[in-house]
Amino acid sequence: MNIQSCVEVRNEWDIVKARQSGRNIAKELGFGTVDQARITTAISELARNIYLYAGNGAVAIERVENGGKFGLKIEASDSGPGIKDIRKVMEDGFTTSGGLGAGLPGVKRLMDEFTIDSKENEGTVITSIKWLR
Amino acid sequence: MDDRDLQYQKYKAILENYLEEQSEQTLYKGQQFSRKMIEQKISPEEAVSLHVSVLEELFPDIPEQLKNSYDFLLEMMIGYGFAYREHQSLRSRQQQLESEIEIAANMQQTLLAGDKPEVPNLDIGAISKPAQKMSGDYYHFVQDENDCVSVAIADVIGKGIPAALCMSMIKYTMDSAPEQRMQPGAVLENLNRVVEQNVDPNMFITMFYGLYDPRVHSFYYAGAGHEPGFFYDAEKDEFEELFTRGLVLGVSKKTSYQEYQRVLNGNDMVIMLSDGVTECRSTNGFIERDEIVALIRKYIHLSAQEIVEEVYRELERLQEFELRDDFTLVILRREV
Repeated sequence: MNIQSCVEVRNEWDIVKARQSGRNIAKELGFGTVDQARITTAISELARNIYLYAGNGAVAIERVENGGKFGLKIEASDSGPGIKDIRKVMEDGFTTSGGLGAGLPGVKRLMDEFTIDSKENEGTVITSIKWLR
Repeated sequence: MDDRDLQYQKYKAILENYLEEQSEQTLYKGQQFSRKMIEQKISPEEAVSLHVSVLEELFPDIPEQLKNSYDFLLEMMIGYGFAYREHQSLRSRQQQLESEIEIAANMQQTLLAGDKPEVPNLDIGAISKPAQKMSGDYYHFVQDENDCVSVAIADVIGKGIPAALCMSMIKYTMDSAPEQRMQPGAVLENLNRVVEQNVDPNMFITMFYGLYDPRVHSFYYAGAGHEPGFFYDAEKDEFEELFTRGLVLGVSKKTSYQEYQRVLNGNDMVIMLSDGVTECRSTNGFIERDEIVALIRKYIHLSAQEIVEEVYRELERLQEFELRDDFTLVILRREV
């Protein structure tokens, strides 16, 4: 059972690849169809951000365990320009206004845990977990 | 049975009912059920998923293709779920902002609420209504030990919160220079200095300041670009404009304000207002100053407070209960 994967993101095809591997792992871990679709959407958004704003990076997906609880962790990292004002991008309506992107607050709501770490001119790492219920 | 199971069973029952007999009553039940789901924050994708799982139980032999199409629908609904959740979060933020503004508005009310003084032989009426939650209009009375009453009416050009913040500054400035109260021109000169130094250059304040001295039945006043008030001469039964010369506050550092004086005989009135009164817009265009005079005349037999309230009520109705600008009207009448 392949319970982890890492997809490099350089073009739009890679977004599909990241989605696919995320969906497979979610299915294997026993997530229901709704949660599978949510996890995939979250991966899709994060990969798309990498593709649009950083140029390249990677989405790593793995199973995590915490005190008998199992979950799926997404780690999206890039070495792009970084996010200048994290509070601003975490505000509703900031990235979504005009565009149709769900934005980071949307991803956060789809998942259970969400952390973001970013430095200007160095890059961004976003980690997010969905726990199995 | 947990909530989810209960929901499932309920939905299944309603759906089965509907499949059996396509009645309006069942659809109505469905509508009520959806409202409950929204209350419980069930997102669109969960609703679709619920529907699909019930279908799969009712029809175990659903064609594979149809089944797959539901997966596709689910994927589509995730996007709607996204938007739905954002909407909910924005809505709760809006509620939070509104309650903050409510608190600020209440603070402003306590800050600006000048008690109407009780003065022998002087009938006073005052009303001030904000167009939005916070007012950019201001009126304030001060009564001293000789029963002299000073009244200030100001209007910040602009509305809402910035105007209200500015208004608080005016209030503190006036409170901090009590010795000037007897000289309307000096009051405005002092305020002009403060406003010029502290307020953004594209925010202006107009003001009318007057002082009534009952010992000599005289009203002394000065104005800074403010909407002119009226003087009612009871003997002639005529309204005249209370003209003042003076620049709007905050435009130029060195401005002087001319002081005027009127003697009030019995039943004479001084009427002060903000441009929210004269810029009332009805379906037939702006309300003319003549019409304001006509309204006051209509209620002239009432007390000053009743007059301002009636005039406000009529103008509110003319504007179809939608104030476009803050509205302030103050009347002083010498009683005999």
